[in-house]
Amino acid sequence: MAKLESSFKNMVLVLTTITVVATVALSSVYSLTKEPIAASKKAKKENAIKEVLVPFDRLEEEAVLLENIPDSFYVYKAYKGDEFVGAAVLTFSKNGFSGEIKIMVGFDKEGNIINYSVLDQKETPGLGTKMVDWFKTERGNQDIRGLNGTKNNLTVTKDGGEVDAITAATISSRAFLESIRYAYIAYTQNYDIASGATAMSDSHTAKNKEEKQ
Amino acid sequence: MSKSSNLSVLFNGIIKENPIFVIMLGMCPTLGTTSSAMNGFGMGLATTFVLLSSNVVISLLKNFIPDNVRIPAFVVVIAAFVTLVEMVMQAYVPALYDSLGIFIPLIVVNCIVLGRAEAFAAKNTVFKSFLDGLGMGLGFTLALTLLGSTREILGTGKVFNFTLYPENYGMLMFVLAPGAFIALAYLIAIFNKLKKA
Repeated sequence: MAKLESSFKNMVLVLTTITVVATVALSSVYSLTKEPIAASKKAKKENAIKEVLVPFDRLEEEAVLLENIPDSFYVYKAYKGDEFVGAAVLTFSKNGFSGEIKIMVGFDKEGNIINYSVLDQKETPGLGTKMVDWFKTERGNQDIRGLNGTKNNLTVTKDGGEVDAITAATISSRAFLESIRYAYIAYTQNYDIASGATAMSDSHTAKNKEEKQ
Repeated sequence: MSKSSNLSVLFNGIIKENPIFVIMLGMCPTLGTTSSAMNGFGMGLATTFVLLSSNVVISLLKNFIPDNVRIPAFVVVIAAFVTLVEMVMQAYVPALYDSLGIFIPLIVVNCIVLGRAEAFAAKNTVFKSFLDGLGMGLGFTLALTLLGSTREILGTGKVFNFTLYPENYGMLMFVLAPGAFIALAYLIAIFNKLKKA
């Protein structure tokens, strides 16, 4: 068969047909993959929450807005039966070396960090990317698990804090700890202190609130 | 059409005209995604699928597409397949999708895909275009996996998550962009040496 001539009619017809066929094919694939995509995103988030919290039965989601920050933090309050056991906070920082860092961090009901899980980061491979494990590895002062947002100074040692920064990735470490501090603030602001926390962290939280103002 | 010519079409892409080591097309995703062997392999497979499908479809349509609009028509076909791969990947292999990120949609503008459509599929039969797409795709995958493995071994001491030596002794540079250029240059040199021999 000879090639179609490049007349205006032919060109319009052929391009339109190809585009329409492509659109139909893509929209059907979209509707097919929509549910698996949503499910895998949800599973990723739920796995992250499970990883950073003590065992729980149900979650309550709440969006928290902090002063001077346009985006909200999501606090997932976990309950075992009716008892409040802690909360996971989906937190972020835009001060990383490149792009946004998204972290899920879990607190127990006293506000101590249980664990964290980095959901999304685009830091330098081999340097900043170490944050995925660095802050939960027991070596020197780099482990943040068990630390408390008010009792401990959650900044890098270079800035007078208590946490060892990742070697050669101070900017990534600062951004990481910043997001953890915000998570703690979002959590304590959100959580009724009188119902569970100790007297000590009570006064500290109050102090923390003053500092914020 | 003899059997041997079909085979030569298939192997053409893997060795004689390897898209990375010989034709040197599509350097951007090559350098960008090969920070680990697994990423290189995944990127290679995704590109292979797109190459294969777009070659077949374009070869089928070659007589219906007027010459003056062939490029936009090819690009629409290629873009459709890339978007398809992207959605399927996101749904079923989210981990790989996360690590490849922006490079998946960028397959659309990968010169190899359009290059093969223009240089081969638009002039040859469907079967030959299929073989060409497969050969080129495998050649691309091979090159990317090789480059990814080299960089991962030198940079972190691991390959496909299998530890060869402690990470502390790795040369970090090979995981970063400069290492990609250096590793690629040496691989091209070795490949050309072997090809001549």
